[in-house]
Amino acid sequence: MKNSRRRFLQIAGVSALGLGAKPVLNAFASGGAEGPGYHVAKGEDARSAKQWAMVIDTRKLQTAEALEPIIEACNKIHNIPTGIENKNHEIKWIWETHYHNAFTDKASSFLDEAVENRPFLLLCNHCENPPCVRACPTKATFKNENGIVMMDFHRCIGCRFCMAACPFGARSFNFRDPRPFIKETNKEFPTRMKGVVEKCNFCAERLAVGKQPACVEASNGAIAFGDLYDEHSEVRELLKENYTIRRKQTLGTEPAVYYIV
Amino acid sequence: MKDKNKIIAGLVVFIAAITFPFWFNLGKAAPAPELVLTAKAKAAKTCVMSTEFMKANHMQLLDVWRHNVVRRSERMFVSPDGKLYDMSLSNTCLDCHSNKAEFCDRCHDYASVSPYCWDCHIDNPKGE
Repeated sequence: MKNSRRRFLQIAGVSALGLGAKPVLNAFASGGAEGPGYHVAKGEDARSAKQWAMVIDTRKLQTAEALEPIIEACNKIHNIPTGIENKNHEIKWIWETHYHNAFTDKASSFLDEAVENRPFLLLCNHCENPPCVRACPTKATFKNENGIVMMDFHRCIGCRFCMAACPFGARSFNFRDPRPFIKETNKEFPTRMKGVVEKCNFCAERLAVGKQPACVEASNGAIAFGDLYDEHSEVRELLKENYTIRRKQTLGTEPAVYYIV
Repeated sequence: MKDKNKIIAGLVVFIAAITFPFWFNLGKAAPAPELVLTAKAKAAKTCVMSTEFMKANHMQLLDVWRHNVVRRSERMFVSPDGKLYDMSLSNTCLDCHSNKAEFCDRCHDYASVSPYCWDCHIDNPKGE
């Protein structure tokens, strides 16, 4: 075989590719969490479940005043900016709304007045089949093994596809730097920055150390939290004994927040 | 080939111009920054890993931390000598190294890297 210049360049090119690929492959291979002598693990107190779920007993939360401390607790520990004047820039993790806005597919003309006039607590439903996760192009929104729909702010590029995909309006976009709007910063929890989407995380950081979510703690027993797939969990007991409704059930996202009415 | 002289002259000027920043700054390198350890960091003696490891690899380690905490809910770090740490930049790293300006920033400024960690993570959890 006669060696041509073209042939030589081909071989040289492939060889260079081989040499260059080694460090790249090494870099990709080092994705594990085992380093020189260290390893990482879940904490001993960490709580786990197949699908965390919440049951809100709205009979115990009849007035807007009853919801206030619950919302306040969440805002405070998660450094959620409050008091942004422009409604479009608001950040909401847990908020209250009217029955007709919460249960748009259930509104009949003549309702039980007590239920109709009750304020409802809304938060991310942590759907079993979350449309936001499918819509996210960077996997910044993902479902963790506890069934919590999480945000990885390090990866969020602020495209807001997830906001368009979420039928519950549970996601907020940081149109501006949130820090000036945080009254009292909780130094234990990070703030967010301009250009990321944020939402309720079912207090994943508290579950990791064996605590209940902040809203559950602040609700004086009106909100229950537990594993939906554990027959003996508190939420399953409540679901067995009470008639519950969920938001926009017809969409098939399987929300994990249930309301006792 | 009557332009030999012109080409050589041109090359000399070109090389002089392109290397100007190097010989202009020769011998004027900024001194490596001196890092200040807080009393707490001094008392602790060791970081989560050895000092050499932290000097060279703290960024990779922090990347492992953030990935495992956020995406895998693993928050416990077991160091080579068996000590447990909560994997948190704000609450563990900055608890000891609470002097961000003298400890983190000096080196980052010197190396001209500007990590955006502080846009979200609160830099002085003790509020000093």
